[in-house]
Amino acid sequence: MKVLVPIKRVIDYNVKVRVKPDHSNVDLANTKMAINPFCEIAIEEAVRLKEAGTATEVIAISVGDKSCQEQLRTALALGADRAIQIETDESLDALNIAKLLQKVVEEEQPQLVILGKQSIDSDNNQTGQMLAALTGMPQGTFASVVKVEGDKVNVTREVDGGLQTVALNLPAIVTTDLRLNEPRYASLPNIMKAKRKPLVVKPAADFGIDLTARTKLLKVTPPAERKAGIVVESIDELVEKLKNEAKVIS
Amino acid sequence: MSILVIVEHDNSSLKAETLKTVNAAQKIGSDITLLVAGFNCQNVVEAATKVNGVSKVLVADNAAYEHQLAENVSLLVTELASDYEHILATALTTGKNFMPRVAALLDVAQISDIIAVESSDTFVRPIYAGNAISTVQSLDSKKVITVRTTGFDAVATDGNAEVVTLNTVTDAGLSSHVSDELTVSERPDLGAASVIISGGRGMQNGDNFKLLDGIADKLGAAIGASRAAVDAGFVPNDMQVGQTGKIVAPDLYIAVGISGAIQHLAGMKDSKVIVAINKDPEAPIFQVADYGIVADLFDALPELESKL
Ligand SMILES: Cc1cc2nc3c(=O)[nH]c(=O)nc-3n(C[C@H](O)[C@H](O)[C@H](O)COP(=O)(O)OP(=O)(O)OC[C@H]3O[C@@H](n4cnc5c(N)ncnc54)[C@H](O)[C@@H]3O)c2cc1C
Ligand SMILES: Cc1cc2nc3c(=O)[nH]c(=O)nc-3n(C[C@H](O)[C@H](O)[C@H](O)COP(=O)(O)OP(=O)(O)OC[C@H]3O[C@@H](n4cnc5c(N)ncnc54)[C@H](O)[C@@H]3O)c2cc1C
Repeated sequence: MKVLVPIKRVIDYNVKVRVKPDHSNVDLANTKMAINPFCEIAIEEAVRLKEAGTATEVIAISVGDKSCQEQLRTALALGADRAIQIETDESLDALNIAKLLQKVVEEEQPQLVILGKQSIDSDNNQTGQMLAALTGMPQGTFASVVKVEGDKVNVTREVDGGLQTVALNLPAIVTTDLRLNEPRYASLPNIMKAKRKPLVVKPAADFGIDLTARTKLLKVTPPAERKAGIVVESIDELVEKLKNEAKVIS
Repeated sequence: MSILVIVEHDNSSLKAETLKTVNAAQKIGSDITLLVAGFNCQNVVEAATKVNGVSKVLVADNAAYEHQLAENVSLLVTELASDYEHILATALTTGKNFMPRVAALLDVAQISDIIAVESSDTFVRPIYAGNAISTVQSLDSKKVITVRTTGFDAVATDGNAEVVTLNTVTDAGLSSHVSDELTVSERPDLGAASVIISGGRGMQNGDNFKLLDGIADKLGAAIGASRAAVDAGFVPNDMQVGQTGKIVAPDLYIAVGISGAIQHLAGMKDSKVIVAINKDPEAPIFQVADYGIVADLFDALPELESKL
């Protein structure tokens, strides 16, 4: 079975983003970029399925400008067999990204599509669920265990109260949570090998989809700063402050 | 402007967070209908009729909705959607699961995790782990929105809405429920607690989380954790506070042995008062703490418990 893994290029998770002075957006110039951590977990899961003999081919795909090829190469170094870039200079809404991915799903007919549960930049947590709706597939979101059994996949999901396991008919959509696996590092030989793996570029315009934006970003501002606090010298002082100054305990 | 709010519940009680989502709805308009989709959920329906400012409670009580399977709930909501301009759910794991599916079925974008309403089509939402706040306008005729509860206060429960029973059953037949492994706790939910005490990697192991129990008992607090503590297996996943876990804003948040990574701060920095207990004076958590104490947690916690 084929596994498709959509990945996104995002700001490195260690970097604290800055807002542009004109409040038009965040400033990503010269910022360290990386593969979205949840997408890294998605690739790892797909590669493990292949290593276990369950999957036959792992295809990484990203929607974005030329720079996302860097993340696709990383995915190839981590074990994906081939990569597809859907090229666009625009930053598309999750719905339009899902529509592009839907076309690729129709073409490639994967049994499993594994996405991240959310991207750490826009924090939308939408794309996988939207792709599931558009393709008519069931969805196992926020997965911490994925088990393919015959024509079904059992997905254990991280939910508010603990864990929930659902059984989904294949083909299905899975989105990854943090505990699904611990992604490997790409080895140097694999990074070299990745350079020769196929990476196909397809212009987004060729898919014949109306990609008109459905949302408009009006402004981006910095969050309210917390005012600096104090360091207390003793537990007695802490308890006194909480009682009499902050008045949050009695 | 008619608004549909989907009630968050576990078939036996209505989750308090729904009251906050209704507050967000009231900032958009006044014609508010609730939807309770569940199974044997009479208690929830009763609670829903009492939510302030709600005119109608739609009830879909059927086995197909017992476990809130996204495939089934999204079909139901989509079927009802033509009567509403706004559809709101709470940004908890249930709403996060089915709402984008609703949006895509309706061919509209979703605005996730709003923390403020500017107008009926313009909303405020944090991005980049809360390090930037965006104002976004929806250009769609129908708005599908999830609400981050830390942005809104709960509405009162003094209402008296009419109940409308729905007979449609939308079972997509694509998925089924296998099992639940739910954490049982006598303590308040992280989302509902006014005091939270969280432990991080500094706690060293799961057993040491017991050091937080006595303090939590005295303060009526919920217990949370950092990702590092969950990943290390000290405590279950549902205790994770942060960008990719639970977003909380209690009156008092006590961070114990937590360094204060961007992703953790994203989940708690809107708390009213923050206390940090950490042995490293350079730990970033002190930059957001109102009261910090540089101390070994194994000394500080027993002393704190005894002095409360
Ligand atoms: C300057 C700028 C302005 C923007 N303004 C807006 C705006 O106003 N409104 C708006 O909705 N969006 C806006 N976006 C786009 C937004 O940042 C997202 O790219 C888009 O909404 C997709 O959602 P997400 O990345 O949050 O996906 P999520 O649903 O959080 O991501 C989940 C998963 O979906 C997959 N995925 C997401 N994106 C891609 C991709 N490009 N290629 C392959 N797989 C992917 C990955 O597996 C990812 O882990 C803007 C982006 C930029 C850079
Ligand atoms: C995609 C992604 C998503 C993430 N999502 C989240 C999230 O939702 N929530 C989250 O919390 N993290 C999240 N993280 C992880 C985050 O980046 C940090 O790794 C994590 O928060 C660190 O947890 P910690 O503070 O417990 O551990 P550490 O950073 O290791 O800090 C431990 C602290 O304990 C202190 N300490 C140790 N011993 C003692 C002692 N005896 N007495 C007092 N203090 C002591 C140390 O000084 C140190 O400051 C995410 C990361 C990624 C990449």
